[in-house]
Amino acid sequence: MTLKKETEDIETSEKEIDSGECESRTIVTPGEVVAEGNDFLPGEGTRREGKEILAQKFGLLEKNNKLVKIIPLSGAYVSRPGNVIIGRVVDITFNGWLIDILSTHEAFLSIMECYGYVNKRDLTELYDFNDLIVAKIKSVKARSIDLSMKERGFKKLEGGMLVRINSTRVPRVIGKAGSMVGMIKDETGCNIIVGQNGLVWINGSKVENELLAKKAIEMIVEKPFQEGLTEKVKEFLSKNKIK
Amino acid sequence: MEISTIMKKKIEEMVSKEIRLDERGLLEHRKLDITFDVSHNAEGSARVKLGDTEVIAGVKMDLVEPFKDSPDAGVLTVGAELLPLASDRFEMGAPAIQAIELARLIDRGVRNSECIDIKSLCVKEGEKVWSVSIDIYPINDAGSLIDTCFIAAVAALSNAHIPVVKDEKVQYGELSKEKLPMTCIPTTVTIYKVGDKFLIDPLVEEEDASTARLTFTFTLPEEEIHSMQKTGEELSEEEILSMMDIAIKEAKKLAPKVSAFLKK
Amino acid sequence: MAEKYKRADGRDYDETRKMEAKVGVVKRADGSAIFSFGKSQALACVYGPRQFHPQHLQNPEKGVLRCYYDMTSFSVPERKRPGPNRRASEISFVTSRALETVIPLENYPNSVIDCYILILQADASTRCAGINAAALALASAGIPMKEMVSAVSVGKIGGAIVADISKDEEDYEIVKDGKTIKSATDIPFAILSRSEKISLLQLDGRIKPEDLKEAIAMAKKVCRKINEIQKKALKKIKEE
Repeated sequence: MTLKKETEDIETSEKEIDSGECESRTIVTPGEVVAEGNDFLPGEGTRREGKEILAQKFGLLEKNNKLVKIIPLSGAYVSRPGNVIIGRVVDITFNGWLIDILSTHEAFLSIMECYGYVNKRDLTELYDFNDLIVAKIKSVKARSIDLSMKERGFKKLEGGMLVRINSTRVPRVIGKAGSMVGMIKDETGCNIIVGQNGLVWINGSKVENELLAKKAIEMIVEKPFQEGLTEKVKEFLSKNKIK
Repeated sequence: MEISTIMKKKIEEMVSKEIRLDERGLLEHRKLDITFDVSHNAEGSARVKLGDTEVIAGVKMDLVEPFKDSPDAGVLTVGAELLPLASDRFEMGAPAIQAIELARLIDRGVRNSECIDIKSLCVKEGEKVWSVSIDIYPINDAGSLIDTCFIAAVAALSNAHIPVVKDEKVQYGELSKEKLPMTCIPTTVTIYKVGDKFLIDPLVEEEDASTARLTFTFTLPEEEIHSMQKTGEELSEEEILSMMDIAIKEAKKLAPKVSAFLKK
Repeated sequence: MAEKYKRADGRDYDETRKMEAKVGVVKRADGSAIFSFGKSQALACVYGPRQFHPQHLQNPEKGVLRCYYDMTSFSVPERKRPGPNRRASEISFVTSRALETVIPLENYPNSVIDCYILILQADASTRCAGINAAALALASAGIPMKEMVSAVSVGKIGGAIVADISKDEEDYEIVKDGKTIKSATDIPFAILSRSEKISLLQLDGRIKPEDLKEAIAMAKKVCRKINEIQKKALKKIKEE
């Protein structure tokens, strides 16, 4: 079982997420009418008022068949069940860990949600304070966000570096069916995990490679809507490739 | 978010190889930018950007009674607030010790350098002197707040004009042509220790990975030290002396950059 | 009515000072904006929704919007002591109320959205500039909002109903019975962009019912223009 295989498993869950080809879409602001008529269905970030569908968020308007939704452009991470996230251990209780995932609450990882043997007498053996883990959001309730690490590929991160990006940029960094991040991995030889919460882990054999991958990611985050982004990132990477 | 263990280790590893996250040299400041006149109601004000770190500072003046023990001297005060708008790590409420330390550190640097000659602020001995208040507000904390705040304080002072006085009353909103006299431009450089190496102008992650810091304020070209402040773990004599040497060298590089903006 | 009141800066009654708006000005925040009416300039930063500390303040039914209004010490002619005073606390309170009404806070139980407003320079109407900046910062932080919020202060000065009063107008004085008295009336409004409902209403001075009607009409009209400026500022983000 190689490391590469593991991260591919994680990425499968990311594929469902819209990879965002946004060039043709318009930006809307809260309260704007974005569609009229009963044919349209109000999707995320919108609401119906009589015959009209209104934007309830600032972001990019997307009309897909009759479904109208808004893709946020900025803001804090809002957790959703099924998301793969990277988090930091901030506290340890008698039956699990409290994890900062940059969301509305700290998340909880129960020892029941870990894979394999856990020494209950000393939980720090498994995950210590300020360790980073990659985990999946199991459920989001009013009072709590629960994590799970039972599936394959969820683990404590060892080595490498952490980059924080805005979570709304994650689909761009991943690219269609993982194409963008796949290219960065290939060109830099780094292992990369993109958490849906905007924390990105980069691990390469050389720090120079990690920094190159970091720069490529920052390039995407800064100008996510520019034309020919994939080509530009590719060109940047091959030009700066570390021999 | 606080720093994770792996990021701390990574920065230590990088600094040991003299590599930084933004690929600067260990002894290299980020891009400096200074603009003036942030508020029309201030006697002097400035906005300073060092990389992504942004700070504003303003000077307010007033005619006040001097302190009894120094009847011929003006009153100089420096305040700083760590507003929670500048960082998710700052909190509302009573000033945190970090804000108090910051204000006092800058106060000593400005006061001891005598860049403002407080005797020149005396209007009538024992009765009326000028008070000069400098208040500093970080707007975006992307590391190195101490040095950025110091530059902002000095820039706001250099921008200050004495307000018009009529019938012994300050006419706020009316500034005279007369500038607040400054005798010198002090420079502050804080040296951070990461692993066994020293660096300047840290990013937030580099601050988190550092084990000690030492701040120096100088007047140049005399190379005289006007304030020092050390926090973090203990340092050896050799370390302190080499930090001092680095600080002098870096202050000499930074001072002309700052002055270039002040002359505009 | 006697002589028609003329505004010192030559503005029409329903004309605001020059408005400027920009979003994304503070990198570290989740959302941020600057809004100014002439020389009144407000900066707003939003963090959250995030964990609400301490736990006993959490509301299990809905999230909390906390607005904090403060001024820099050098934003006003006479130095203001740093830190919020009673005036700032009250403005923080009414600002929170003016904005929370458009946010579906029930989506964020136990969490908090913090909105910090800092007045960089003041020339009256700072609470309105603050609300305009805060609404922009909230929108740019991706917070769901049923509609936008725009604010303006409408005054009655020299018998005329005027929009966006400046400090000079706020200090307008008349001579009555040989005495000089302050006679400006200042009504800050916040108006929702679509329903045109009013979410902030205060009064400093005095006003007659028929004048209030006129003031409301004026506020609605002017807020439509302000909303256009806010929209423009938000839509500019894509080009950058």
